[in-house]
Amino acid sequence: MSLELKKVGKRVGADIHIHDTDLTLVEGSFNVLLGTTLAGKTTLMQLMAGLDRPTSGKVFFDGKDVTSIPVQKRNVAMVYQQFINYPNFSVYENIASPLRVNAVARDEIDRRVKKTADLLQLTAMLPRKPNELSGGQQQRTALARALVKDADLILLDEPLANLDYKLREELREELPKLFAGRRCIVVYATSEPSEALLFGSNTATMHEGRVTQFGPTTDTYRKPASLITARVFSDPPINTAAVVKRDGALVIGNNIRIPAGKAFAAVPDGEYTLAIRPHHITPFPQNGAAMVEGRVLITELSGSDSVLHFDLGGKTWVSQSVGIHPFEVGVLAKLYVDVDQGFIFGRDDQLIAGGDYG
Amino acid sequence: MASIRLDNLRHSYVPSPARPEDWALKRLTVELADGGAYALLGPSGCGKTTLLNLISGLLRPTEGEIYFDGLDVTDATPESRNIAQVFQFPVIYDTMTVYDNLAFPLRNRGAARADIERRVREIAAMLELDRMLSKRAAGLTADGKQKISLGRGLVRSDVNVIMFDEPLTVIDPHLKWVLRSKLRELHRKIGRTMIYVTHDQTEALTFADQVVVMKDGEIVQIGTPVELFEKPRHTFVGHFIGSPGMNLLPCVVKDGEAVFAGHPVASANAAAIRSSPKGLELGVRPEFVSFADAGVPVDMVKVLDAGRYRIVETVAAGNTIKLLVPEGRPIPSGQARLRFDPAHTRIYEDGWLVT
Repeated sequence: MSLELKKVGKRVGADIHIHDTDLTLVEGSFNVLLGTTLAGKTTLMQLMAGLDRPTSGKVFFDGKDVTSIPVQKRNVAMVYQQFINYPNFSVYENIASPLRVNAVARDEIDRRVKKTADLLQLTAMLPRKPNELSGGQQQRTALARALVKDADLILLDEPLANLDYKLREELREELPKLFAGRRCIVVYATSEPSEALLFGSNTATMHEGRVTQFGPTTDTYRKPASLITARVFSDPPINTAAVVKRDGALVIGNNIRIPAGKAFAAVPDGEYTLAIRPHHITPFPQNGAAMVEGRVLITELSGSDSVLHFDLGGKTWVSQSVGIHPFEVGVLAKLYVDVDQGFIFGRDDQLIAGGDYG
Repeated sequence: MASIRLDNLRHSYVPSPARPEDWALKRLTVELADGGAYALLGPSGCGKTTLLNLISGLLRPTEGEIYFDGLDVTDATPESRNIAQVFQFPVIYDTMTVYDNLAFPLRNRGAARADIERRVREIAAMLELDRMLSKRAAGLTADGKQKISLGRGLVRSDVNVIMFDEPLTVIDPHLKWVLRSKLRELHRKIGRTMIYVTHDQTEALTFADQVVVMKDGEIVQIGTPVELFEKPRHTFVGHFIGSPGMNLLPCVVKDGEAVFAGHPVASANAAAIRSSPKGLELGVRPEFVSFADAGVPVDMVKVLDAGRYRIVETVAAGNTIKLLVPEGRPIPSGQARLRFDPAHTRIYEDGWLVT
C-alpha cells in the first residue's frame, strides 16, 4: 500500500494554496503534517483524500492513478478537530455507520463495532447518544468510526486540539497503539511541534502551502535543511540572528562575539544566520557554552522550568532551562549559549552547518 | 482594584441539591489579594467557569457571600461589580476601527475624550497595536482580533478585577508565547487583580503568582507554581500538573521507611506516618527519577524523544515508572535501576500528602 503525490498543486483563482508537492507515504506509516494555521495542512489532506481535486499533478494509490476518483469511491476515513458524530444515533450506531453503508453482514458489524469500542474504551458508552458523552469520549467515537472500516488511508486533522490538556496527553499516547500492526497509512495534522516530536515516526513540515521537509521526525527536528523548517519545528520559537563569521567567531552586530566552536570552525568567513533553540541557552554555565549578556525582558517560571526572554543586539531571544532561575526584569543577565547545538544557514536560508547532535 | 473574598461559597444548578454530586461548586472559602495574578486550573467540569461566573455576578451563589474590598457584592449586578472580562473567542466590533474598539468600554462609561485618547494609545502600544489603530478590525488576523479583545479588557483603569476565560485557546503555539509574556508584562505594569481560567497547565503556571487547582467542584491546592510542582498536596495535582505527570506507586511503610515492591525507598515524609495505614502511594515526578547503579530494578519499555529530553518508560512489578533524560545523555537498554530523589519523593494516603 502506498500513497504518492506527484507534483500535486492547488490553485484557487490567482492564489496558490498548495505549491507543487511530491510526497510518498508508505504502508503502515504514521505521518505528521506540522505547520501553523493556514500553512496548508487541511488542504493537502483534502487533496490526499479526494475531497478536493488538485489543479495540477496526480495522486497515485498503490501505483494506480486515483486523481479523478472521488472520496466516496476511495477507502478513506477522516477525523476533524470538531467532534463530528450523528447526534441521533447511539455510539454503537455511530461506529457501525460506515459498515452499514458498505452493506457488511450484521454479525460481522457487531463483532467489529465491539472490538473497536473495546480498543477505544467505549464499551460502556455504546448505548448512549453523543451528547451524553464528554468531549474526549465524543472524539473517541469519531476515531472509532474511522478505525472500524479498515480504511487504507486515515486522515486526522488536529483531532486533539479541542480536548483538555491531560486528555490530549492520554489520547496522544493511545493513538500510535491503535494503528500499530495495521497496514493503513495515517496522516496526522498538528500545529504543535511538541506533538510531532512525541509521535515520532515521520514528520512533514509545512509553511505557506509548501512541504519544506519530510523524513523521520528526529531528522526533520535535528537536521532541518532550511531555516523555515527549523522555525516551523521549534516551540518556543527558535532564536535567530544575522551573524558575520570572522576570526574564529560568530559576531552579532558590532560587539557580541560567540566563539565558532567545534560545529562551525570549518565554515568559511562570511555572513550567515545563526539559529539556536531556546533550551540550548541557559542562565547558568554549561560545558563548552559561550557567555553573552542580555537585558531581561520577561521571565516565565513554570514550577519546573524557567523561560527567559532577553534582548540580544536588538532582537528578542529566549532561553529555556530546567529549574527556577528568577531574574528581575531590566537587569543584564549572563546567558550561556551552547553554540555547537545551533545551526548556521546561508543567505539562501539553506543549512550550511550544525545539526550533528546526538 | 480590589481584594476578593469568597466566604463559604457553594453553588448548584439543580433546584434542591441533596447529593454531593449535585454541587457544581462545593463549599469553599478563599481570599484573593489585591493586585495578584491568579489562575484557576482544572479539567472540564471541575467548576472553574462556575467560580468565574459567581465572581463576575453572572450567577448568584446558592449559598455564601462574595466580598470586594470587604464590601458584600453577593447580590450586586455584573455591571456594578466593575469587572472586565476577556473570553475564549474575540468579542469585537468588526466594522469599527481598532481605535474605536479599544475606546468603546471607556466611551460607554462616559470617559472624557482626552482620557480616552491617552488610555487607548497606552494600551495599544503595550499590545503592539499602535500602528493599526485606524484599521478596521475585520481585516485583522485571529490573533490580532484576540489582542483587541485583550486590549478592551485592559483599557479601563478603574476596574476591580480583570478576568480571562481561556483567552489563548484559539491562538497558534508560536503566538501563545508572545501573548502570554505580554499579559504577564501587563500585569506587572498595571498591577491589577487578574484571574485567568484555563485547563492548560503551561498557561496557568507561567501567568499566575498563585494557581488554584480545582477538581470536582473543590479546590485541591492553592500555591505558587513551584509549590505545585515540587510539593503537590494531592496526587491529582501531581498528575494534572507536569507532562508527563507524577509517578504513583503502591507502597507500604515498614520500620519508618517506604517499601515499594520489596525495595526500600527513601522519601521526604516517611517519618510522618505513625500507624501503618492502607492505600499508601509513593509519588515522584519523572524529573526526579534517574538511572543509577543501585535502586529499584526496572525493565525498559520505550523511549520517546521530546527534543529537549527523552521520556523513558519503564516498568517495575507491573507499575509504570517514567523518567526524563536530558538530550544527549545515554539510556540503558534491557534492565536498569532507578534512583528517586528522596527530597522529592513523598508518601500519599488516600490521595492526600501525609504530613
